[in-house]
Amino acid sequence: MSDAITLTIDEVEVTGRKGQTILQAADDAGLYIPRLCWVKKLKPGATCRLCTVMVNNRPVAACTQPITEGMIVLHDTEPLNRYRRNLIDMMFVEGNHMCPVCEKSGNCELQALAYRFGITAPQYPYLFPRRPVDASHPDVFLDQNRCIQCGRCVRASQELDGKSVFQFFGRGAQKKLGVNAEARLADTNLNLTDEALNSCPVGALLRKRVGYAIPVGRRLYDLQPIGSEIEAKARRAANRK
Amino acid sequence: MSDNLKVGIKNICREYGRDRSRLMDILEAVQGQFGWISSEAIDLTARELSMPRAEVEGVVSFYAFLHQQPTGKAIIRMCDGVSCNMNGGHNVADLFKKELGISFGQTTSDGKITLEHTSCLGMCDQGPAAIINGTVITHISTDTVKEIVHTLRETADPRKLVKTFGAGQNADRLIQSMVTNNIRKHGPVIFSVMEPFLALKNALAMNPAEVIRDIKTARLRGRGGAGFPTGMKWDFTREAEGQRRFVLCNADEGEPGTFKDRVLLTECPHMVFEGMTIAGYAIGAEEGIVYLRGEYQYLKNYLENVLAERREAGLLGKNLAGKAGFHFTIRIQMGAGAYVCGEETALINSCEGLRGEPRDRPPFRAQQGYLGAPTVINNVETFCCVTRILEKGAPWFAQIGSQASSGTKLFSVSGDCNRPGIYELPYGITLKDLLVEVGGEDAIGVQVGGPSGQCVSPAGFNRIICYEDLATGGSIIVFGPGRNIIEIAGQFLDFFIEESCGWCVPCRVGNVLLKERVNKILAGKGEPEDLAYLEELGKTVKTMSRCGLGQTSPNPVLTTLQNFRGVYEKGLKKPLDKMQRTFDLDSALQEAVRIQGRQPVHFQD
Amino acid sequence: MDKPKVATASLAGCFGCHMSLLDIDDRILKLIQLVDFDKSPVDDIKKFTDRCAVGLIEGGCANEENVKVLQDFRRHCDLLIAIGECAIMGGLPAMRNGIPVQECLAEAYQKGPTVHNPSQQIPNDPELPLILDRVYPAHEVVKIDYQLPGCPPPADTLWEALVALLNGKPLHLPYELIKYD
Repeated sequence: MSDAITLTIDEVEVTGRKGQTILQAADDAGLYIPRLCWVKKLKPGATCRLCTVMVNNRPVAACTQPITEGMIVLHDTEPLNRYRRNLIDMMFVEGNHMCPVCEKSGNCELQALAYRFGITAPQYPYLFPRRPVDASHPDVFLDQNRCIQCGRCVRASQELDGKSVFQFFGRGAQKKLGVNAEARLADTNLNLTDEALNSCPVGALLRKRVGYAIPVGRRLYDLQPIGSEIEAKARRAANRK
Repeated sequence: MSDNLKVGIKNICREYGRDRSRLMDILEAVQGQFGWISSEAIDLTARELSMPRAEVEGVVSFYAFLHQQPTGKAIIRMCDGVSCNMNGGHNVADLFKKELGISFGQTTSDGKITLEHTSCLGMCDQGPAAIINGTVITHISTDTVKEIVHTLRETADPRKLVKTFGAGQNADRLIQSMVTNNIRKHGPVIFSVMEPFLALKNALAMNPAEVIRDIKTARLRGRGGAGFPTGMKWDFTREAEGQRRFVLCNADEGEPGTFKDRVLLTECPHMVFEGMTIAGYAIGAEEGIVYLRGEYQYLKNYLENVLAERREAGLLGKNLAGKAGFHFTIRIQMGAGAYVCGEETALINSCEGLRGEPRDRPPFRAQQGYLGAPTVINNVETFCCVTRILEKGAPWFAQIGSQASSGTKLFSVSGDCNRPGIYELPYGITLKDLLVEVGGEDAIGVQVGGPSGQCVSPAGFNRIICYEDLATGGSIIVFGPGRNIIEIAGQFLDFFIEESCGWCVPCRVGNVLLKERVNKILAGKGEPEDLAYLEELGKTVKTMSRCGLGQTSPNPVLTTLQNFRGVYEKGLKKPLDKMQRTFDLDSALQEAVRIQGRQPVHFQD
Repeated sequence: MDKPKVATASLAGCFGCHMSLLDIDDRILKLIQLVDFDKSPVDDIKKFTDRCAVGLIEGGCANEENVKVLQDFRRHCDLLIAIGECAIMGGLPAMRNGIPVQECLAEAYQKGPTVHNPSQQIPNDPELPLILDRVYPAHEVVKIDYQLPGCPPPADTLWEALVALLNGKPLHLPYELIKYD
């Protein structure tokens, strides 16, 4: 294995492959670095910044930073975890996240991260923005109240569906998810088989008429924190030894 | 109309070879011809360029100077910069509102005048200022607002408001602007007589590696603020693999309080272009682009003409200056009102016709920059230094300034001082000496390096301006007695909120939250715990943000908390029996009282 | 020694959080041994009779009465705990935030699809508390010491929290007990 690269993440020696990012190498080693905007099949977006780690005393996004031989990565540190928690709080107060009436509740990655970080309530004031719901599409809801602008649907539509149904409009605090039509999702070529529909980590993009299918208690994150599946790898490896 | 639009857009797109990387030029041309960019125009442009309409709309909606709504015949873009506001900008702005009977962001009902706010225009030494359809109006006072409004209502031609031209090239027939240079201090590097084209001649007499060696010997570092060694940057780019290479000049000067590049482009364009040409020779590039901020549109024709002159003189083009095999061209790319495009990777995206969002690194622009090719980006002032180094020699340059910071620096000085303007001074000067130079000895604070730099208190006036201590891209804003440092920090936060690209969470949300808490303190409702809250929030934004804008955006708060702690503490209140001071029942009930026409019921305990 | 006192209130909530409190089942007997209830719908005491160790607040503030009750709780309770999503972030009532009061009233009493109101009158009895311009989470009106999320918070969460706080112990909720729905 000539392209093997050895690095250290929080004093754990990790072997990755050339071309991998810190996040990928950590995943393979069973070390979970929190992330929201990153998913396996898509290019990194680096919008959520939760995966920020320290390399040479500088913060870098683990989802974009390639690994190098001898790299020393600090990930599970008190300040970084505090900053990550702060970012999660920011995402909660930026939109209108009404978990009790959201179909995604229990399977929502933002909510799951908050659970994992033990957050009982965000520490920042809620901004209560007024945002629209686009229910024009026969099969899909687009609820902007819940959008965290991770860009996963934008990339999934481009990279996996070969379309460009979603795009960011505006900038700064006014930035929002837009669709490839004059106004309505119904006027785009989005359809039910699009991968973009599976990409939303929160409840902004939902299929109609299939909500609440899994009972409370059996949903993805009811019992197991997000990231457990990655950490289980490390436990299995440790058991083998 | 629709047919007109169709034909017009078709022609514009054809003019740019239906090249979607020229989308910025195309959109500006569409707006130039039709006044605004309608939904239909977005559709037609997307179709002509065979791209999704959402991507066109994404770009249009990103830039402040591109309009998705119809505007008035004249658009008054009033500078909202701190320096202009210190000179009475707020009063002028209020009077514009009153005279026009509209708020900012609105158009008069007769469709004649649109009123907008814009971030720093780079006229900080002659504010309050506004740009009206590209024409810069400086020194606006409450006395002149009426006349401006009257003239625009009558003629819609803002050039009628320009009575006298500024000094130097500002009076050139292609500029004819009332902008003045205010060059207060001439130094040896930038503002001294230059032997024309000697630098280029000297450069071409060497091989490219020798040119880079000279730049390294001169210890030239980037003048934009970050201070990366220029020679090293050029080396990386030269060594990178690629068929094409590019030299980009960052003339997106947008840091509030900075206006030196405006003066350089006005008075020393040859020096800038020559520096770019030398860079092209050194790294093996044949194409250069000047990314000129939209606010400096009024310089465009003049600069185009200078480029034409250089082409005619054989200083640009094929086998230039008689050097067989060396070809170099320069084009000007206009920006459209986005400070973040001063960030190098955002600038590249904008040049490629994309939203001006910074890119992730790696890849680095030296390897994969503009159009994926190795690219050098330098500041306007850096290119001027390059020219002088090649003219006068590296050792000459290296002996000016301090050990790690060679040469001189241009300072754009504004605020509460007697002599605002441009100063060329050697590195190594103390802030105190600079204040004496500019007539701002009674300052209670100085913003060094703009909002993304730091606010220094008198305790720090002995600090030295150089890369090792107080690094700056040149913005110096002086705050005199009576200025409210916290209020100014809040205005700087507004700037970052306005100019954030919004890509990443910490910058997009964090700055809004910082501002909320600063407002609370300004309203006299702050409590001791708010300072720790601001610090923690600021550190989060600084550490977790993706690009330089976000990483420096909390600096107005963090550096004032550090250097002006007492000012904050003086404004704080003791906690109020566990009640929230920010909650005001009367104002929360105001709407209901009005609608229901009765007073609140007073519930007794 | 007197038992510590607990007070509870439901502001702009649905009483679901109070139902959840009753869901601690037979532990309610233990709770009664541990504390006395003061002002609370549980015992129908309308006014505070004494200072309380703990106050539980369900619901956010939608009208002037909610504000007065909440401020009264803050004055009488050593620890104030926001329970449930409505107290923490306004909850469903806060979906009106951002919509002008006039529009809200029109929707509720005049134009809404399920409204039958031939007189088109908006209730305006002088006894009715006026509504606020938006729904305020409890912590925006007074300082809140702890927040227990959920819609409602699970009975176990309420139990664990009460027992810990009444015994002066730090509150650590296990993963299973932090839920927002």
